[in-house]
Amino acid sequence: MLAEVQGSLRYFAGLKPLVRELTGGMERLGFELRLGLGRTPRAALWRARSGQARLAAVPLDLLDADAEFFRSIGAATVGDLMRLPREGLARRCSARVLEDLDRARGTRPEPRTFFVPPRRFSAALDLPADVAHAEGVLFAARRLLLQLEGTLAAQQAGIRRFELSLVHRRGDPTRLEIGLASPARDAGRLGHLLRERLGRLPLAQPVQALRLEAGDFTALHGRSGGMFGDAAADAEDWLQLVERLRARLGRDAVHGLALYPEHRPELAWRNVEPGEWEPRESPRVGARPAWLLQRARPAAPEGLQLLAGPERIESGWWDGDDARRDYFIARSASGAMLWVYREAGEWFVHGLFA
Amino acid sequence: MELAEILQRQPVWRGSPLLAAVPAVSTGFAPLDAELPGGGWPSGVLTEILADEEGIGELRILLPALARLTAAGRRVAWLAPPHVPYAPALAAAGVDLCQLAVVRAPGRRDALWAAEQALRAASCSALLAWFRDARYAELRRLALAAETSRAFVALFRPLAAASESSPAALRLALHAAPEGLELHILKRRGAPARVPLRLPWNPIVRPADALGRPAPAASARGNAREPRRLDLPVHA
Repeated sequence: MLAEVQGSLRYFAGLKPLVRELTGGMERLGFELRLGLGRTPRAALWRARSGQARLAAVPLDLLDADAEFFRSIGAATVGDLMRLPREGLARRCSARVLEDLDRARGTRPEPRTFFVPPRRFSAALDLPADVAHAEGVLFAARRLLLQLEGTLAAQQAGIRRFELSLVHRRGDPTRLEIGLASPARDAGRLGHLLRERLGRLPLAQPVQALRLEAGDFTALHGRSGGMFGDAAADAEDWLQLVERLRARLGRDAVHGLALYPEHRPELAWRNVEPGEWEPRESPRVGARPAWLLQRARPAAPEGLQLLAGPERIESGWWDGDDARRDYFIARSASGAMLWVYREAGEWFVHGLFA
Repeated sequence: MELAEILQRQPVWRGSPLLAAVPAVSTGFAPLDAELPGGGWPSGVLTEILADEEGIGELRILLPALARLTAAGRRVAWLAPPHVPYAPALAAAGVDLCQLAVVRAPGRRDALWAAEQALRAASCSALLAWFRDARYAELRRLALAAETSRAFVALFRPLAAASESSPAALRLALHAAPEGLELHILKRRGAPARVPLRLPWNPIVRPADALGRPAPAASARGNAREPRRLDLPVHA
């Protein structure tokens, strides 16, 4: 991996901190690092490959030169090669070797194109031993999440969904799809959600390998700690709460409320995403109870004392769910205030005025 | 020595009725505000509302405070409600539906966990939760979480829980009364309440037609020239 770091030295406050951060990060990802620094790409490459700090000490094996011949005349390193007369070298070895030497020295340019990361992420990790419990899976998955965070950070992007597949020795892999309420890339947050989901998942078989996939990158710029960030931070906190609850209780367990223009009372409201509803003008209707029963309960009219009504609601002929009801506010014998209706002579309780 | 003199001269501790320095949200009912420390629903502590019957006004006492909170952009979470919180009624009471979230938790543990999560989140300003049974230790955890978030927490529990000890700072028991709601304050900070509170019904449930219009005025009956209108409102 070749990285141009001159432009970043200021940000990292020097070369040493940069190197420290790089080696630390690579170790966290589980890689062994051999670092080479140079003023040109080729020099850095040679230094890294050979492990030599000085360009002059790089052995000739790395070059595409006839190492045997040069060793026979006493030249074993690049330094020796550079001391030999140029015309003689040009005659004894290919032009490429001279060009490479020039490139390493910086006298010949060596343009490189920058790597453009793909807009998808897919990484796999083989576990050293079969893991049979969720904590172990989470520990290994964290590494993949860090990689994902890095890829996303490089592109100033976030994801709203990712999928972790647990590969077993036999059978199909177990797929876990985790959704987020708002785009994110923070490995800690993703790990938290994953932990909630893994906590509820019974592992039928031990896990041999993991695979993390995410697509659909959306733009997500880093947030600068703002003076005016309170409202935004509050909204973010609320979304994260919704997310956390959904991760453990299921997606449908958390919803918001919205009105819907519909005469039939049971359809005059909707489940929506929390906060998703736009207030609009709605028709004036009569008193409505704070509790609506999921299903209207048959009621005995004798025990009811009718206080107000009737409100006739006749609707729904177009979708077959005909309703022709007279609604009343009634008090039951026990003192509760009920919303009852009479349909075709039968009485039902539809809500409670709590 | 006269009593007044004693009270003046000696440092005598008097059980003052209510603490004033409790942050609270006005309930919207003046008689109830007068009986609560801080003049409203307390923030940062647990409030237990114990009732066995439904439909006697257990939500009605909260709706004005919820309307005020949501109008200010605060968020309210409803946890494990026994029935559907009916959006048209809440909207009519002035609650901003965009600030609500309804959470359904299948089991007891899940419900307690969800309550704790909601109270840990700084953005949740009020939590209404329905628990059938909850142990003292579990409620204590919620109380601690509520302290840091300074949220208003209303826990609905059956009347039988009145005999159990609870870390809630405010405990109310609700009963139906002929013309409204009877409220017993079982526990509050400060002096105990002696007399139960009677809250009359909201005028909307006066004898009127269900559309909220006042009952047909005398003029319609008295004036023979007035065309007779069918009183039956029709939505179609």
